[in-house]
Amino acid sequence: MSFPWLTTLIVLPALGAVLTALVPAGMELVAKRLALGAGLVTAALAIVAGIDFVVVGDPVQFTEQYTWIESFGVHWALGADGIRITMVVLTAVITPVVLLAMWREAEPEGRSPKPFFAMLLLLEAMVIGAFAAQDLLLFYVLFEAMLIPMYFLIGMYGGPKRQYAAVKFLLYNLLGGLIMLAAVIGIYVESVQAGEGTFLLSDLIALDIATDTQRWLFLGFMFAFAIKAPLWPFHTWLPDAAAEATPSNAAYLSGIVDKVGTFGMIALCLPLFPAAVQEFAPAIVVLAVISILYGALLAIGQTDIKRLIAYTSISHFGFIVLGIFALTSQAGTGATLYMVNHALATVALFLVAGFMISRRGSRLWSDYGGVQKPAPVLSGSLLFFGLAGLALPGLATFVSEFMVLVGTFSRYRVAAVFATVGIILAALYILLLYQRTMTGPVRAETQAFPDLRRRERIIVAPLAAAIIAIGFFPKPLIDVIDDGVQPILTEVGESDPTPLVEGGSE
Amino acid sequence: MSPTAYLVLASLLFAIGGVGVLVRRNALIAFMSIELMLNACNLAFVTFARMHGNIDGQIIAFFVMVIAAAEVVVGLAIIVMIFRTRRSASVDDESLLKL
Amino acid sequence: MLTQLESVQPAEGVFAASWLLILLPLVGAAVLLLGGRRLDRIAPVLGTVMPALSFGYALVLFAAMAGRGADERAVSVSLWDWFAVGQYEVSVGLLLDQLSMAFVLLITGVGSVIHLYSIGYMADDDRQRRFFGYLNLFVAAMLLLVLADDFLILYIGWEGVGLASYLLIGFWQHKNSAAVAAKKAFVVNRVGDAGMSLAIMSMFVVFGTTAFAAVFPAAAEASEGWLVAIGLFLLLGACGKSAQFPLQSWLLDAMEGPTPVSALIHAATMVTAGVYLIVRAADIYAGAPAARTAVVIVGTITLLMGAIIGTAKDDIKKALAGSTMSQIGYMMLAAGIGPAGYAFAIFHLLTHGFFKANLFLGAGSVMHGMNDEVDMRRYGALRAAMPVTFITFAAGYLAIIGVPPFAGFFSKDRIIEAAFGEHFVYGLAALIGAGITAFYMTRVLLMTFFGEKRWREDAHPHESPQVMTVPLWILGALSVVGGFALLYLGGGIVDWLEPVTGEEHHELAIPAAALTAIIIAVVAAGIATGWLIFGRQRVPATAPAGSFVTVAARKDLYGDAVNEAVFMRPGQYLTRSLVYVENKGLDGAVGGTAAGFGGLSARMRRIQTGFVRSYALSMLAGAAAVVVAMLLVRLP
Repeated sequence: MSFPWLTTLIVLPALGAVLTALVPAGMELVAKRLALGAGLVTAALAIVAGIDFVVVGDPVQFTEQYTWIESFGVHWALGADGIRITMVVLTAVITPVVLLAMWREAEPEGRSPKPFFAMLLLLEAMVIGAFAAQDLLLFYVLFEAMLIPMYFLIGMYGGPKRQYAAVKFLLYNLLGGLIMLAAVIGIYVESVQAGEGTFLLSDLIALDIATDTQRWLFLGFMFAFAIKAPLWPFHTWLPDAAAEATPSNAAYLSGIVDKVGTFGMIALCLPLFPAAVQEFAPAIVVLAVISILYGALLAIGQTDIKRLIAYTSISHFGFIVLGIFALTSQAGTGATLYMVNHALATVALFLVAGFMISRRGSRLWSDYGGVQKPAPVLSGSLLFFGLAGLALPGLATFVSEFMVLVGTFSRYRVAAVFATVGIILAALYILLLYQRTMTGPVRAETQAFPDLRRRERIIVAPLAAAIIAIGFFPKPLIDVIDDGVQPILTEVGESDPTPLVEGGSE
Repeated sequence: MSPTAYLVLASLLFAIGGVGVLVRRNALIAFMSIELMLNACNLAFVTFARMHGNIDGQIIAFFVMVIAAAEVVVGLAIIVMIFRTRRSASVDDESLLKL
Repeated sequence: MLTQLESVQPAEGVFAASWLLILLPLVGAAVLLLGGRRLDRIAPVLGTVMPALSFGYALVLFAAMAGRGADERAVSVSLWDWFAVGQYEVSVGLLLDQLSMAFVLLITGVGSVIHLYSIGYMADDDRQRRFFGYLNLFVAAMLLLVLADDFLILYIGWEGVGLASYLLIGFWQHKNSAAVAAKKAFVVNRVGDAGMSLAIMSMFVVFGTTAFAAVFPAAAEASEGWLVAIGLFLLLGACGKSAQFPLQSWLLDAMEGPTPVSALIHAATMVTAGVYLIVRAADIYAGAPAARTAVVIVGTITLLMGAIIGTAKDDIKKALAGSTMSQIGYMMLAAGIGPAGYAFAIFHLLTHGFFKANLFLGAGSVMHGMNDEVDMRRYGALRAAMPVTFITFAAGYLAIIGVPPFAGFFSKDRIIEAAFGEHFVYGLAALIGAGITAFYMTRVLLMTFFGEKRWREDAHPHESPQVMTVPLWILGALSVVGGFALLYLGGGIVDWLEPVTGEEHHELAIPAAALTAIIIAVVAAGIATGWLIFGRQRVPATAPAGSFVTVAARKDLYGDAVNEAVFMRPGQYLTRSLVYVENKGLDGAVGGTAAGFGGLSARMRRIQTGFVRSYALSMLAGAAAVVVAMLLVRLP
């Protein structure tokens, strides 16, 4: 058996978390460095694994399978296809960046940074596990367990209303998880009736479930993922959680953890319940378009910078969901690429906004103005990542957004036209944010605004580089993702509409 | 062999224990009453084991005994601690552990 | 098929490195923007050298291209595959044909001259490095726009120039007005971009590709409905970028940017990208007469609107901006006419690039000498103080109003002729526009350089340094001879473009010479009216109340008022009410549920008395209930 890449990528951060938590009191710097080290090693290994995946080129690789609970057919089963490996590498790469951004965030309230760093690593392990899981119960357990470190991260280290935000986050997601649990049990019962009870995804996908049952099971899963993603109207926990969590945790939450929701839609809902997906797709497309426009309009109406970014995320998640349920290869691949790009851009945007907020101590844009003059690099970064957020052509986000739009347009024309309005609103909310905080006359309070420090520049630079690189050369990444998306669409039984004019596509 | 007599005895012991828990305020007495109830159950388990001719009931009886022993250890420790701080072993006095 | 793309050959020899055209200014931008303060001193020189190198290379390419036969001129350079999903594949490549060559020369040539001018104009600014970085970024993006061989790649350049325009309009960010104008420009352009997006999406759906080489040959097979839709979407994009009605409102505000920016981006090159787009998509419009009519109508409306706005503005840059709108209206009108007008649209675009850049730089020179004063009512009698500026500005003036043999005469004359060929109404509108142009440009010239001094007390007008006057001489010279040279030298522009745009000629009811005479007469009438009002009479230092037409023109014909009433206000109201719905409705429902459960549990916890014996009793009761239930149900 080949090297167990995925197990390693799960165990390593978990081990790092334990070690970080065990560092004796008074040695906080050691703990931080240890955590960062664990994150960096995981990232390096993940990149090696990603390259290995591409070099070998098989559609599904790194499969591992050990029996966990034999009587219920539960396995520690991992495996990576194009979508999964992309998400795993993304998570592993973003984590050290966020860890570095967390460096001083625990200090203002005099709290120990040890659990802060340890829990983020633990979260990383769980997220990677969820992305790599090939067993439904394993996925479910990790999906739920993720809530615990996230709850504490928000509740212990956040802003003044952190308790409220953390409880709201937990309740929303627990509710979704509970309904999903019912559906998980339901699909297990189906497998029992079909023969042997199992939670292995490959077996469950092969099941032939009656359409009527599929409907209920699909709704159960979709409910949990729609809360996690979050999709309108199940989104109201995100702005609170993102606003109250520290900037890096908010970044990790909306950039990485929420992706498990959209990942679940494309990698679980679609292949497990093809008939139900075809039935519900138009309705979900409508919800997604509402999300896009609603999130964007609310972003325009915010006064709190972090809430604003959270609402932009809701709008972007709308695009991702739209792409998934348009059921064309362009839209599906675009949606997965969108997950990557949104993680890069939103993490960066949250972090840069966090750098700015940490200098002034206020989350309201009305407390800023003219920052561009004293802090050009800070404002340049905010503008750059803002432009990435509004999907400026040439940057990574454009490729994915356009693919989603064009893939949607080929099937749902009206929805795509409405979604296109979203790109106008995106320009409005980003440029308003920039205009209000960065331009205008320098104020007395912003006169001596410190520019980005070395550590902060180190955080920002790789994200910016990745956004430009994917913008210009998206093909290798898209090919990997596409290999993962095609089998799913085959499973759903949808093929792309052909061009109206034959011979044009030569 | 008829199990009736044993079962009637077990029921009686259980009832005495139950009433004891309900009416006595002294924590020690309540404790003893609980033990009585547990032993009543044990008696019933052993009786049924004998009746069905397998040893499942007897195994459970041993479980119960072990748990009862553990319970006694923890329970008595708590009672002693409470008695030391409050100079009272009345269970009604300890009504403050609610929200 | 109009465009002869089948004759496009892979680039060889000197053409193989065509991507250098774009890369040079792009490298300049990257170095300048990321380089840090160390580069502050060499920034202006470095920033000017990069586009100049591009221009040099473009001249070499032009010479090589001109040396080939008409059918062998177009070359393509394929660079790398961008992405391929399902049936849609997009690869990054360049198409260097006669049309893009003309643009490349205009962009790099006029661009280099304006960079040179900026060295003097921006000498006192402490953020020069960034200014030149942005300008280089613009040149690179604009070159990508005109060189792309695929609509999606074109779109990258399209947004790139929009970004550069945003950054440069808002260059003086400490001014709120500049920041707001920049944002407005970007957002209005985004409306156009939405049109572009939809056009490109439609192309994917109809043709399965967006490469020029695949779309244009297949256009004839597509249904007319789709072609009209694509044509209209493209027009929306063009309206945004080229400040055409109804997306014209941003251009006047864009004058907040430094004057070289106005000259390069908002006069000579970027704003003409819409015209390029429509000419480039000739094959689409060939099958979509309705879309073509829409282009003509938009062009006609805008040429009149811009001209009317130009007559009332006291801000010299805004007067020129109105004129830019109007001139681009002419180009759109010509482009909408189809093969009969395409070449003239590009012809006018080039001459306009010369003389409008010249006029803007002249205006910049005036501002430079007048403490950045822009109010023409505070100018007057400047011809003695600034002779070079005056002479070159006058050349630009004569060119724009179309006095023979200056540059604008040739191009505008052809467009008006073509407009009459299309329909009498369009021709008449274009003719009236020419008269108004003569009037408002005469007004600008008289108010600035003639009459008596109306200067503010601290104004000490002086001629600009040589680094600024040399560009003025160059562009002034082009304004004089550019039209004649382009039309007649070496076969002329019409023949040069013919393989790309096709050629067609409408017969007019009256001889062309007679029409030319009429046009000249109308222009002369415009000049005379201008002179009567602004030359013979004193110009008041504060603007008179004016008739309702003047007031409307001063307010940009209520473009902003309409936008505000139709989009901004309802938009703000919608946003506010949605925030209310979110907080009180959706989140309120969630909070209400939580509060409901909270209240319920507060009540239910009373059951927990804290008395052990009551708990014991309830346990006993519960156990008894279970036993009873089991007895009743008789579980097996």
